[in-house]
Amino acid sequence: MSEVLVLVDHADGVVKKPTYELLTIARRLGEPSAVFIGPAAQGAEVAEKVKKYGAEKVYVIDDAQIKGYLVAPKAEALEQLAGSTSPAAILIPSSYEGKEIAARLAIKLESGLITDAVDVQAGEGGPVTTQSVFAGNYTVQARVTRGTPIITVKPNAAAPEESEGAGTVEEFATTVSDAAKGAQIVASQPRQATGRPELTEAAIVVSGGRGVGSKENFTVIEGLADALGAAVGASRAAVDSGWMPHSFQVGQTGKTVSPQLYVANGISGAIQHRAGMQTSKTIVAVNKDEEAPIFELVDFGVVGDLHTVLPAATAKINDRKG
Amino acid sequence: MNIVVCVKHVPDATGDRHFEQDFTVDRVGVDGLLSELDEYAVEQALQIIEKRPDEEHTVTALCVGPEKAVDAVRKALQMGCGAGAHVLDDSIAGSDAAATSLVLAKAVEKLGAERPVDLVVCGMASTDGAMSVIPAMLAERLGLPQVTLASVIETQGDQVRIKRDSDAATEVIGATMPLVLSVTDQSGEARYPSFKGIMAAKKKPLEIFSLADLGLEPALVGLSVAWSAVEDTTARPPRTAGEVVKDEDGSGASALTDFLATKKFI
Ligand SMILES: Cc1cc2nc3c(=O)[nH]c(=O)nc-3n(C[C@H](O)[C@H](O)[C@H](O)COP(=O)(O)OP(=O)(O)OC[C@H]3O[C@@H](n4cnc5c(N)ncnc54)[C@H](O)[C@@H]3O)c2cc1C
Ligand SMILES: Nc1ncnc2c1ncn2[C@@H]1O[C@H](COP(=O)(O)O)[C@@H](O)[C@H]1O
Repeated sequence: MSEVLVLVDHADGVVKKPTYELLTIARRLGEPSAVFIGPAAQGAEVAEKVKKYGAEKVYVIDDAQIKGYLVAPKAEALEQLAGSTSPAAILIPSSYEGKEIAARLAIKLESGLITDAVDVQAGEGGPVTTQSVFAGNYTVQARVTRGTPIITVKPNAAAPEESEGAGTVEEFATTVSDAAKGAQIVASQPRQATGRPELTEAAIVVSGGRGVGSKENFTVIEGLADALGAAVGASRAAVDSGWMPHSFQVGQTGKTVSPQLYVANGISGAIQHRAGMQTSKTIVAVNKDEEAPIFELVDFGVVGDLHTVLPAATAKINDRKG
Repeated sequence: MNIVVCVKHVPDATGDRHFEQDFTVDRVGVDGLLSELDEYAVEQALQIIEKRPDEEHTVTALCVGPEKAVDAVRKALQMGCGAGAHVLDDSIAGSDAAATSLVLAKAVEKLGAERPVDLVVCGMASTDGAMSVIPAMLAERLGLPQVTLASVIETQGDQVRIKRDSDAATEVIGATMPLVLSVTDQSGEARYPSFKGIMAAKKKPLEIFSLADLGLEPALVGLSVAWSAVEDTTARPPRTAGEVVKDEDGSGASALTDFLATKKFI
């Protein structure tokens, strides 16, 4: 069976959940090999994690020459690895960085690229992907027809399934050209951890929009989120007002989420917001305007003032949990 | 400076966007416009030159697309770009991102034939394809650094510094021109064309290039040679509207809690 390369999604060596989803998908297509670009010293620890989800090999690419720059060196490293492994496919997490690595790699390998897959299955002519397009109004089935299929996969595209792999560590030495070092990371301020689940990975997302009214009032949204064990999201109106950082924005120019449950509060439901949440399994909205377009999408809606409905609901939920 | 802004003409997101029989996006039978996210690219390109009044600049709006796509270039001219370039060739129809980036790269080279291009400015994503890959592909093809997803941009001499909110951190990126830049909708509202701008745009140079003008073989682009193929498209069934209750004296919170409990979210 041919290898399927999976780029490991991690923060300082801590493997993130999408990696396990990608490894689960990779097993449908061939033999999964995890590719860890990070400090070589962390390779063994990462291997222990990813072998539980079926990684037969773990390529460790030391990032001493890579980490200070934007995507170009990573694309070169993957090009070199693909050259020596001839994989059946390359799976990359669908973050902005992942998509840019994939874009450069596709040109280098003269291979087809499919971005933002929400499902990938084995097919006769290679992997068949499912994507959600036009603000979630269409689903599209596609296939790569040239070269090595390069597919970026969205979080939650598969439920991670454990399966013991060999997890054999192989250090892979790469050379980074000077040309790839053109865009230098001068300063980096890691985002503060909120203690809540990651927005794109969360099973439940509770969002607030302009109707929340102020930065302070977001505690109402956070209260409900914590009662449900959810991540917090925001509309662009709430972000533009400075109530929440941009990293919380859901929508066309923010994050796309597809949780089991999405709760939209004080959000009207503009097309650009829908683009980021329309494929959620269950949608709930609280809005004081019964004409708000968000109600066209909901499984359940409350016409009412979020400032009274949400605190009351939060108290009831906390009561039930005892 | 010599700046090229890549602007895409896209179907209106508030209209009925759909696919053709061959699964390509219907670009001709629907209302289209300059992709809103590319307005931010135009705006930033203009701000960059406005902050450098002592130099001579050209800002060219470049678009690859069918005949009506020229409207995107026109809008960019009305906003203040000095020149326009539209790559128009029937063979391009149905091109994937890889082929589009090839055409854009050749067009950038052509626009830099006399005076090298310093900056290629793109939007963060097209509002129809939404892949966010063209800037990286273009950079790869041109052999340039890419500085993407900028919310704040500063230039000094041939140096570029940007601030961006990446997936995990807020970053400052530095690079030397020439390079490919992409900007987000956090970079600041785009200007509206003024009446004067609209009148002036009519006299601005707008070149139409065919593939032959760019020295490209038609066999390298288009639907038949795309590196990926759409095999099926399905309209998502509209969500059936669920129950909506009015909150009266706290009934809303109870109903909401009951709903969440029935669905096992509590
Ligand atoms: C290029 C582009 C990209 C964009 N990208 C995004 C994006 O990524 N994400 C995004 O969200 N938007 C995006 N937008 C903006 C989008 O078009 C809308 O403007 C935005 O989503 C509106 O946010 P909102 O629903 O919070 O505010 P509004 O539309 O103002 O709605 C506020 C809602 O709150 C309700 N409300 C008010 N007070 C209360 C109360 N006390 N209790 C209950 N309900 C109340 C009101 O009835 C109203 O329905 C984009 C726009 C453009 C042009
Ligand atoms: N056909 C096109 N013509 C001109 N510019 C384009 C075209 N397609 C994409 N671009 C540019 O590339 C950016 C990202 O597009 P995409 O990768 O399709 O999401 C857009 O914001 C534009 O700046």
